[in-house]
Amino acid sequence: MSLTYDDVIAKYEPVLGLEVHVELNTKSKMFCGCSTIFGAEPNTQTCPVCLALPGALPTVNEKAIESTIKIGLALNCSIAPFSRFARKNYFYPDMPKNFQISQYDEPICVNGYVDVEIETDEGPKVFRIEVERVHMEEDTGKSLHVGGATGRIHGAEYSLLDYNRAGIPLVEIVTKIVPGTGKYAPEVARAYVAELRDILRSLGVSDVKMEQGSLRCDANVSLRLIGVDTLGTRSETKNVNSLRSVERAIRGEMIRHAELLNKGERVVQETRHFQEDTGLTRSGRSKEQAEDYRYFPEPDLVPVAPDAAWIEELRAALPERPSIHRKRLQEQWAVPDKEMSAMINADVLDVVEATVALGADPTKARGWWLGEISRIANEKDVAIKDLAIAASDVAEIVALVNAGELTDKLARQVVEGVIAGEGKPAAVIAARGIKVVNDDSALMAAIERACAAQPETAQKVRDGHVPAAGALIGAIMKDTKGQADAARVRELLLGHLGQDS
Amino acid sequence: MIRNSASEMASKLANGEITSVALTQAHLDQISAVDKEVHAFLHVDTQGALAQAAAVDAKRNNGEKLSPLAGVPLALKDVMTQKGIPTTCGSKILEGWRPPYDSTVVANLKKNDIVILGKTNMDEFAMGSSTENSAYGPTHNPWDLTRIPGGSGGGSAASLAAFEAPLAIGTDTGGSIRQPAAVTGTVGVKPTYGGVSRYGLVAFSSSLDQAGPCARTVLDAALLHEAIAGHDPKDSTSINAPVPAVVAAAKSGNVKGMKIGVVKELNGDGYQKGVRNRFEESLELLAAAGAEIVEVSAPNFEYALAAYYLIAPSECSSNLARFDAMRYGLRVGDNDGASAESVMNLTREVGFGREVKRRIILGTYALSSGYYDAYYGSAQKVRTLITQDFNKAFEIADVLVSPTCPTTAFKIGEKANDPLAMYLNDIATIPVNMAGIGGMSLPSGVAEEDGLPVGFQIMSPVMKDDRMYSVGAALEAALLTKWGAPLLSTIPALAGSK
Repeated sequence: MSLTYDDVIAKYEPVLGLEVHVELNTKSKMFCGCSTIFGAEPNTQTCPVCLALPGALPTVNEKAIESTIKIGLALNCSIAPFSRFARKNYFYPDMPKNFQISQYDEPICVNGYVDVEIETDEGPKVFRIEVERVHMEEDTGKSLHVGGATGRIHGAEYSLLDYNRAGIPLVEIVTKIVPGTGKYAPEVARAYVAELRDILRSLGVSDVKMEQGSLRCDANVSLRLIGVDTLGTRSETKNVNSLRSVERAIRGEMIRHAELLNKGERVVQETRHFQEDTGLTRSGRSKEQAEDYRYFPEPDLVPVAPDAAWIEELRAALPERPSIHRKRLQEQWAVPDKEMSAMINADVLDVVEATVALGADPTKARGWWLGEISRIANEKDVAIKDLAIAASDVAEIVALVNAGELTDKLARQVVEGVIAGEGKPAAVIAARGIKVVNDDSALMAAIERACAAQPETAQKVRDGHVPAAGALIGAIMKDTKGQADAARVRELLLGHLGQDS
Repeated sequence: MIRNSASEMASKLANGEITSVALTQAHLDQISAVDKEVHAFLHVDTQGALAQAAAVDAKRNNGEKLSPLAGVPLALKDVMTQKGIPTTCGSKILEGWRPPYDSTVVANLKKNDIVILGKTNMDEFAMGSSTENSAYGPTHNPWDLTRIPGGSGGGSAASLAAFEAPLAIGTDTGGSIRQPAAVTGTVGVKPTYGGVSRYGLVAFSSSLDQAGPCARTVLDAALLHEAIAGHDPKDSTSINAPVPAVVAAAKSGNVKGMKIGVVKELNGDGYQKGVRNRFEESLELLAAAGAEIVEVSAPNFEYALAAYYLIAPSECSSNLARFDAMRYGLRVGDNDGASAESVMNLTREVGFGREVKRRIILGTYALSSGYYDAYYGSAQKVRTLITQDFNKAFEIADVLVSPTCPTTAFKIGEKANDPLAMYLNDIATIPVNMAGIGGMSLPSGVAEEDGLPVGFQIMSPVMKDDRMYSVGAALEAALLTKWGAPLLSTIPALAGSK
């Protein structure tokens, strides 16, 4: 009864449709001046406009328009010379006006595409995902349902409303239907969302944190028998909060649909919610009876008519496409694929790049970010970028090591100090009294002390048994509190004992 | 003192003949004396008004430079938010709500030191032509207390005719400033759409609503117009351009060489005899003052009313969705276990009156999928055609004119159960809102058959509001010469009036 994924793809072709909601990182809300900072006390970031007090009117955040146009351009869309906001009418307590200002039949960006490359059995292959539209809208407030078992409105004793999120600018990116991905559908969807995330990040228009909901994906999936043209009934899966979940949710829905179809049952057109723990979806709102949102042009806002010259300015200022940018870096740095993936997965590519731009050697820069700094982040259980160390700090430390002013070991102490908030590298070095002992006479004194303390070992070395020097070097390093350059110590020691280093 | 025009009061204040406190008190006294009969006010802010008046007097004593209307009292339609002052829009659903912010119009009034006496009665959410749809009872026409004062701004117009205030603020979605002005023998102006900020004007129909001045003379209206108008970044539809020179136009009143277009379709059948006669006389006076009278045609105006009753209800069905008991105003049925949905339903059931519900239902239907194109879509096309009719007519004439309404004030209760007859009252005022142009009504005399005031409407192109003030001032001057005294000097005395 339970089908395997191979059973599914042998018989059916999946058709995808992806809707991605992106919270823009503008300082103020879409239609008023309230702050958008996450995590404030409930209802402190509100005003007459976003609380929908009688008489209040929306005005458009120009920065949000700019961000949306940038997104449209980066996704190869046409920018409409004239677009309109529309009201989407429905009653819900967390939506203060009981309508959402969105865009309907006249969105700001249309007809774009994103190319994504994935590994297939035949090698790397590019899939083109066509983008139907990119439009602007406002977020709703949040309801907190108290009492009841599930935290859902059903069965709750009462509900609390927080309007801080109401009016945060959202951009919705909607693909056309995506056929032809076959068994790679889940990976293509994942690659698409990943590529979108990278593009949005490179544009600097959003935090794109899936876990915090600043990037949310709704995955539409339907199946049809291979060779059939008509589309099957789709389900729309929400609550997909990571790239991995995108892949799992689509795979899971494909299997669920196939099981229903094989039994001769029909797929219900509905919203489903992805369950992170089981990888399955649960039924949500039925969409069989299309809801009537009574869309009409928002009369409180004049149409958006961006100046053509401004659009060209924004186009000219677009950053390099992240996928192209990555390929270029990989070539410049001569990094193997595996190391490149490691940097991307650890989300340090941009800081490594910044560190290199400040003069550090790419291998050293990568080594610090993926090594010691990663380790400390893991230990503290925070994201690498939340640590208080900047690319400039790392570049400075790398330079000090190159100049022989720090040893690797001392450098690690400096990194630790910077992260601990003790200041910039120079301040940490000064405060902790860190310095490389490179005064040969001081080292010679230590060497003589060590040889005097371990005469037998010293004799072994004199007799040509060089590996025995390790014990002496260890003692000398201990004597100099680790501040000596081990290589120099070795050189001087062997010379002292009549050996070539 | 209270029978003076606002500009007369302003000069007496300026030359120290009276103080704003005395002037304000005189109006508060008049309100106490006559408002039991007229019921123009829903809320009188005695303390606030006197405090504001005292502050203006102090500024004047300090020799500060003050605006032309500083210290003159005003009545504010209850659809405008004023910080801390109850704002009901004539509805039970907002009973007790005190806005935490000033509308831009109120901010401008305060900036100009105009003293706000209180909030005036209106048809609920500005939906009506008689003020009978107020949840707080009707306003009575000071000319004849058994008659309506027009609507929706009946309270503002009646307060002027009853000498309770020399100035008032109205809002006009389909004639709510001009029709009350016409039936009370006062002056009312709907500026160009976007000329006065809508921020803080509780929306009925966003694309049609426009606040404007109400007064007893054309010059007073112009002075108030200049005080409240201008670009407002808080209103996206506000026009970013200088305010037309309406005060200068009202002062000059020059119509020599102006072409005045009589709209053929806004006259004739359905217009009361006395209304037609006063209109013809006014045209003769304007011709004698040097204007050229021409006829223009606006064939699509006949669809204006039908289109209006699709667009306005559609927008209101959405605008009024926010009254849901969640954040402010009335809350009904919030008992143990009641769902938010049932509280919303019960509150709206109890809180909205019949006319409001009628329009919400109408608008919800017109926007529904499958009906949108036939109703809302077609209405928008009609709106474009009406605008084109105006554009063509303004190629021939500098301003257009018509009677403001087909009849004089009708009896309270006469049309209360016949919405269509009520809607017809606005047949001559609605096209102006559909096109977003300016419109003015000023008194042109009384109808011989009932002795009640008749209004003369002047329409001017977008942001050419000064033109209607020129024509209005010219006609007002000619009529004054003819009558020897203002029309309102002939209004029957109210029982309590001084």
